[in-house]
Amino acid sequence: MSALAKFGKQPWLWAWVGAIAVWAATAAYTGGTGSGQVMSAALTFGAFFVIVALGQMFVITLGPGNVDLSVPACMTLAGTVAMKSMDGSGAMLPLGLLLALAIGLSVGAINYSLIRLLRIPPIIATLSSSFIYQSAAIWWNRGLRVKPPTELAEFTTAKIAGIPVIALCVVVLAAIGHVVLTRTLYGRGVIAIGQNPRAAHLAGVKVERIRAATYMLSATLAGLCGYLLAGFSGGAALNMGEEYLLSSIAVVVIGGTSVAGGYANVPGLWGAALFLFLLVTMLNTMGAGAGVRLVLTGLIIIGVIVAASGGKRTT
Amino acid sequence: MSALLSPRLLRSLLPPLSLAALLIAIFWLQPRTMSYFGLNLLLNLAVPIALATIAQMFILCVNELDLSLGGFVSLVACVTATWVHDTPLLGFAALVGLIAVYAALGALIHLRNLPSIVVTLGMSFVWLGLAVLVLPTPGGKAPEYIRSLMTLKPFFVPMPIIASVLIAGLVHLFLMRSALGTVLRGAGGNAKSLERAGWSILRIKMTMFALAGFFGVLSGMALVGLTTSADANIALRYTLLSIAGVILGGGEFVGGRVSPIGAVIGAVTLALAGSFLSFLRLNPDWQIGAQGAILIIVLALRVLISRTEAKA
Repeated sequence: MSALAKFGKQPWLWAWVGAIAVWAATAAYTGGTGSGQVMSAALTFGAFFVIVALGQMFVITLGPGNVDLSVPACMTLAGTVAMKSMDGSGAMLPLGLLLALAIGLSVGAINYSLIRLLRIPPIIATLSSSFIYQSAAIWWNRGLRVKPPTELAEFTTAKIAGIPVIALCVVVLAAIGHVVLTRTLYGRGVIAIGQNPRAAHLAGVKVERIRAATYMLSATLAGLCGYLLAGFSGGAALNMGEEYLLSSIAVVVIGGTSVAGGYANVPGLWGAALFLFLLVTMLNTMGAGAGVRLVLTGLIIIGVIVAASGGKRTT
Repeated sequence: MSALLSPRLLRSLLPPLSLAALLIAIFWLQPRTMSYFGLNLLLNLAVPIALATIAQMFILCVNELDLSLGGFVSLVACVTATWVHDTPLLGFAALVGLIAVYAALGALIHLRNLPSIVVTLGMSFVWLGLAVLVLPTPGGKAPEYIRSLMTLKPFFVPMPIIASVLIAGLVHLFLMRSALGTVLRGAGGNAKSLERAGWSILRIKMTMFALAGFFGVLSGMALVGLTTSADANIALRYTLLSIAGVILGGGEFVGGRVSPIGAVIGAVTLALAGSFLSFLRLNPDWQIGAQGAILIIVLALRVLISRTEAKA
């Protein structure tokens, strides 16, 4: 097989092609004005998508039925608790970050124990526990919107040569995720479980340990995203995680990761995150109303799934 | 253990027992609810939730999952409050068209072997978008006959109870007792053997999705009958409520193990849980959380029973 043909078979290719096509279409529509700003905004918002989608990708790769629905609630809880305990003071910044990560870690641990102890499908486990996290966030927050420390706000909006710093950091994070997925025992274990849990177990993969680690990883990344997003948007809001539930799953799937598990890739996450953001921007620029925008987003997600399932792999 | 209380029986008794426990707790906390008027108020909103839960049950029965149901019910509510009210013919045609789309979704998922979670996730955007297009701002008006049907005050037994029993009974007769129902459920249990026996899995999936669409439509219409007007976000929480309802009622995610009566009981339990928590004067912040906790407790009880079942 020639190198070019092999390149064309990469599962992440279509997300990138789509992202670039949509960006070019927007630029053509506006005659090129503002396409730099659009790209910069896409990189910032895309970065938030990629953080949660990275965790969600590992979870989905574990196989059918594995999905983390507690992502939005975990983001909200981590964001509110971190913002409130920092109370706008820059000196508390590392403590807030640690707190957000610790909350994510415990959320993941609770999720996994529910799945394991109650032997219920992850969808129901993460769904019912997310109600509790959401309540905890409401109770902790008391409807206040605590301003983030200025240092955090500055970090999340800073740019180097027009490129958002946060996007650069998340590119590094994604690269680490890629290495973890493809080069470590843990990552290979996740893929093996997704392809056949029984075979993986017989081959000596510590199935339950890896599943536990995956749910903890996903929730920790959600906590990190909640922390950064609260810094970016001027405080933690109770509905800040809402759109990340569907988006995190959509980004993973559009990025070429198999929903049936066992096949994952990281580059597609960035492509899909940019694609989703740029798509909404394009529809906005062209003056489409909220209704048309939602309908088209949905149809395009389904279209991508139908196109991506084109025959070669039956699950 | 005596034959009277076998784990199997306990398992099927768990949903009604949870409901009974909840009802007793509510009556004890707030004796005034133990009246015709009180029960009517308590259970009113349970009817559309029960219908949506039945819709979700049909999908779960063939091992799929519908994450777009809430959006769909919202869209139906918007269509009912506008088109069905203003131009009934067009309105009903649109509703029939929506059911046809559901059947087509079933066909698409089966033919291309697509994950239903993702397809319905995409559809949830589509339904919500269409709902926004049909009714950009909250409003509309429920057709008079639906309104009067939903607020009917029959003699002695409150309307929501009659409706719930009717829904559960009819669907039970159809799905659990009829020959066709058995075949339909078989597609969730062992699709291969059904196919070898000459049944078309494609047609079964389309039928089940169409049935889900039909009950989704009923749910939306019932909801508008109660609220008298609609908005695009009116029923978004139904997606999760309906899944939780089926599971609470003893349904399983795979294998075609579902129970219509259980599903209705599960839906009513979830609807009542909200009232129970407000009667408890629980800090409103914790209301959603407590619903999650109730769900977890019931599931934990089920695990305990299954363990004894395995041992026995």
